[in-house]
This record gives sequence, structure tokens and C-alpha cells, in this order.
Amino acid sequence: MAPLKRILLAEDNERDLELTMAALEENNLANEVVVARDGAEALDYLYNRGKFAGHANGFPVVVLLDLKMPKIDGLEVLKTMRSDSYLRHIPVVMITSSREEQDLIRSYELGVNAYVVKPVDFQKFVESVKQVGFFWAIVNEPPPGTMKRSG
Amino acid sequence: MLQNIPIQRKLMTVNLLTSGAVLLLTCLAFFGYEVLTFRQATVQRLSTLGKIISANSTAALAFDDSDVANEILAALKAEPRIVAAGLYGTTGKLFAQYPVNSPASTFPSAPEQDGYHFERGHLAGFQPVMQSGRRLGTLYMEYDMGAMYEQLWRRGEIAALVMGVSLLTAYLLSRTLQKQISMPILALAETAHAVSKQRDFSVRAVKFGEDELGLLTDAFNQMLAEIQKLNATLEERVRERTGQLEIANKELEAFSYSVSHDLRAPLRHVDGFVDLLRKQSAEKLDDRGRRYLDIIAASARQMGTLIDDLLVFSRMSRGDLRRSKVASESLVHEVRDALQGEARGRVVWKIDSLPQVEADAAMLRQVWANLIGNAMKYSRTRDPAKIEIGCDTVNDEFVFFVRDNGVGFDMQYVDKLFGVFQRLHRADEFEGTGIGLANVRRIVSRHGGRTWAESKVDGGATFFFSLPKTPAETKG
Repeated sequence: MAPLKRILLAEDNERDLELTMAALEENNLANEVVVARDGAEALDYLYNRGKFAGHANGFPVVVLLDLKMPKIDGLEVLKTMRSDSYLRHIPVVMITSSREEQDLIRSYELGVNAYVVKPVDFQKFVESVKQVGFFWAIVNEPPPGTMKRSG
Repeated sequence: MLQNIPIQRKLMTVNLLTSGAVLLLTCLAFFGYEVLTFRQATVQRLSTLGKIISANSTAALAFDDSDVANEILAALKAEPRIVAAGLYGTTGKLFAQYPVNSPASTFPSAPEQDGYHFERGHLAGFQPVMQSGRRLGTLYMEYDMGAMYEQLWRRGEIAALVMGVSLLTAYLLSRTLQKQISMPILALAETAHAVSKQRDFSVRAVKFGEDELGLLTDAFNQMLAEIQKLNATLEERVRERTGQLEIANKELEAFSYSVSHDLRAPLRHVDGFVDLLRKQSAEKLDDRGRRYLDIIAASARQMGTLIDDLLVFSRMSRGDLRRSKVASESLVHEVRDALQGEARGRVVWKIDSLPQVEADAAMLRQVWANLIGNAMKYSRTRDPAKIEIGCDTVNDEFVFFVRDNGVGFDMQYVDKLFGVFQRLHRADEFEGTGIGLANVRRIVSRHGGRTWAESKVDGGATFFFSLPKTPAETKG
């Protein structure tokens, strides 16, 4: 059985992905992360279909969504999750370059749990990822039906 | 005196005054002529009658027979308006009289100069009694004009009646006829009133004829049509332009969105990978290589700051103004406290009492943060640094100012001060992106105010901005 992945990260940009993974690694969270390269893949993972069919059971403790992605963007993923009775309780954190008001408003309207702007300064980004990971993966008590912590 | 009464009454008054005056003058002239000719005729008649009496009484005078003379005079009974007559002899003594039994005091004691004259409603006078060129005596006669005057009076009454009827006719006629003039004018006035009151340029004045007033009405309507057309094209042009502006605004929004999102990503990558490189291979690099890495990272971050500032600037330009009552004084204290940080105690502050204004609170905070931040930045080489904040009221505006005793600037470059990315100091002297004052100017001008500055190199600087006391309609 594949190891349980408790964090779903949706990120289309290869470099951003590498940096985010590096930041997660610094905080010893990399092993908990499953990566979707766009919104469609993220939904595939959540619905156990496509390349994630029969992959794992249970929901991640948190979904980290990039806002701007090909095919299905972060807002659409969020919208789909919130209108699905099984997925609606899963915490979602936007991690994005945009601090545009319209994106903020839209995200909160759709029920995002947190909104993190990626700073240019990498050390600050590492700090942000650390805090986000620490809070959602360790401090926060996830909704029932979520995967239990491995080991 | 006629200026302020309505045109209908004005026309009628003019008409009645004119016709009344003409009628009155005509009547007076006519009446005066009547009186004159009537008097002349009476004198003529009396002297003719006198001549007849004189001719008849020459014999009686010649023979000194007063009884015959009395009889002759008695014939005057036929003219009842002759109240007295008398014959005087050459001696000037009353010789005969009519009526015979009237007292002597009725007659003048002696004949006077020949000729008739009017006195107290009577016509009286003397005329000679002659025979073959020899004067035998004088005839006196007194005629009562009363009845005549009564007759004249009656004529006067008739004239007054005619005048009254004429005036009434004139009144009725002018009341009907003045409408020919007043109606088109009133219609014009009404249309003009409707236009100016309801701003409705589609109404038209009714035309009543082809005279000058008709011409005026045509011209007026033509002007209205012209205005209506201009208005319509103006509205269309405004709509068109607004549409273009909206499109441009949308494009700008899309642009700044992609700036916000896409332009920052590569910078993040530069900084991130520099950091990873430093962690993994720092020991393989010499000092110079490590310094290069620092520069690369610092440049990437600086670019990030620039982009962030630019985004703030564009947001300040685009977003709606959300006006509310803002207490400037507490806002200034708040901003000062937030910025003070490490500078606490270094700056001597003097903050006057500041008025409440109607403005977008977030934007106004940005203005104060920029101005106060600048004052602190450019006075940090001073000990003590002095910053004064105050407000004057000039006409309908509040004029706020922030004064420092810092390094100041050359007034020669004052025009560049408020431009985007314009800086008067090198980055290694004073840090900054050169967008703060551009933001200040943009925000203040969106509130209907102005921005300006005064300074001297090394003599401190004062930055002013004005806000209208009563904000104009929001510009968007």
C-alpha cells in the first residue's frame, strides 16, 4: 500500500513546485505531499479517478491550491469541492502570487480556509510554508473521515 | 412703471391710455370750439337785436318820448333771456327801461364804453343809438347766458357718455386684439420656461403667424432643435468615450493582474534558486561568487518591491473611492505610531489639531504614510529631526502640510517629484522606489485636491496637499 499522503498540493509551474517542495522539505513535510499538476488532476485525486484511481482512501488534511493553473484553475477546484457534499469540509489553502482584491474576494466567497501570497523572498516563503504546514497538518483537528497521521 | 406687469396688461394699458388721451383731447378741442362760437354767435345776435331796437327808438329819443321808448323796449319780451335793457339819453340819464317796473339799481347809473362783455354768467354791454351820423343816446342790454350754459353742459355730458362708450369699445377691442401679439409671446415664454426648468429640449413653441413673432418662434424652435441635436451627439460621444475608457480600464486591470501574477513568478524563482544554490554549494564558491549571489537575490527582491509598489499605484488609480468621514488627526497619529518603530525618540513631533474630512480612509492612510514616511526618511540624518504636521483652511479647501528639517531637495526638480519612478536621491543615499509621491498625487487628485512641495537643499521640505471641504461628485 502506498504511503498515506496527507497534503494535496496543486501546482502547475515546475520551478514553483520545486521551490515549494524544497520549502516543505526544510520543514520535514515533503513526504506527506501528493502533487497534482493542474486542477483536473487535483480533482482526480480527490475523486479517486484517472491516474489516481484506487490510489488511496480518505481525504487529505489540507489542499494547497495554486490559483492560476491550466485546464481547471484553483478557484474552480475550490468551487467544485465546496459544492460536493463529501469534499466540502476539506480545508483549502490558496497559495498564489496574486494579492489582487478580486482573487481574495472570490476565494473567500467560495469558502477558502486561508489565503497565502507567495513572497518573492524565498526565506519568507519557506517560513510561510512552514507555518501553513505546521498549522494544517499538525495543529488543526481535521474533519472526520480524514486520513490519520502515518506513524 | 410698466416694466414688471404682464405683457397682456401692458398692451391693454398702452391701448387704453392712447385711445383715452386721443378721445379726451378731441372732446376738449371740440367743446372749446363750441363755447367760443356759441359766445360769438350770442354777441352777434344781441348786437343785431340792439341795432333793431336802436333804429326803432331814434324817434322816441328825438322827441324825448319815454313812454314810446318803454313800449319799444317792451318788445324784447319776445326774447326771454334778455333780463334787462335801458336807453340813455345824450345827457347820460336813464330814459327808458325794460322791464318797466324793475328798480333803477338794476341798471348802470351812466352809460359806459360801447361794446359787450361777459360777466357772472351774463352778457352785458352798451351800443350807440345813431341817426344820420348823429348820436342820440346809448342802449344797454343784459342777456342771461345761464340757459345757454346749461345747454352746453348737456352737450358736455353727451360727449362724456360718448367717450365712455368709446373707451369701453376700445377696451373690448384691445382685449381681443392684443391676443394677436401676446399669445405668441406667451407661448414662446412658456416654452422657454419649460426648457429651462425641465431641461427638455424636445418641446417646441407653437407658431401663430408669419409676422416677426412667427419669425422669432421659428428661430427659437430652430435653436432648440440645434441644442437637442448637440445634446444627443454629446451624449452619444460621452457614451462612446465611456465605453472606450471601460475597455481600456479592463485591459489595464488584466495587465496589472498578469503583472501581479506572472511577473513575480520568475523573480520568486530567481530568489528561491539562489537560496537553494547558496545552501547546497556555498562552500564551493569563493567570496566573490557568494557576493554575486547576494546581489542577484537583492536585485530580485528589489524588482519584487517595485512590482508591488506599482500594483499599489494602479490599485489606487482604479479602485472606487469609498468615502467616509475620516478623523485626520487620529489617522495621522496612528500612521505616525506605526511608522515610528526604530525612530522612536529621534524625531521631535509637532502635530496640530486636524479637521475631519470626507475621503477614502484606506487611500488617505496611504497618503499620510507616504508623506510622514518620507519626512522621517529624509530627516534621519538630523539630530534632532523635527517633523511638523498641520492644516490651514484656504477658501473651500483644507490645506494639509508635512514639514521636516531634513535634507530637502533642489526646487529645480520639483516637477519630477510627483512622477512615477522619479527619484531625487540615489538608492544608496535614501532607499525607495520613487512611487510614493506619485501615489500621493494620484489619490489626492482623485479626491479633487492638489499636491505641491516647497524645499531648499539642506533646508528641509514641506509637502502640501489640499482636499475640498465639501467633496465634489465622486469621479469614479
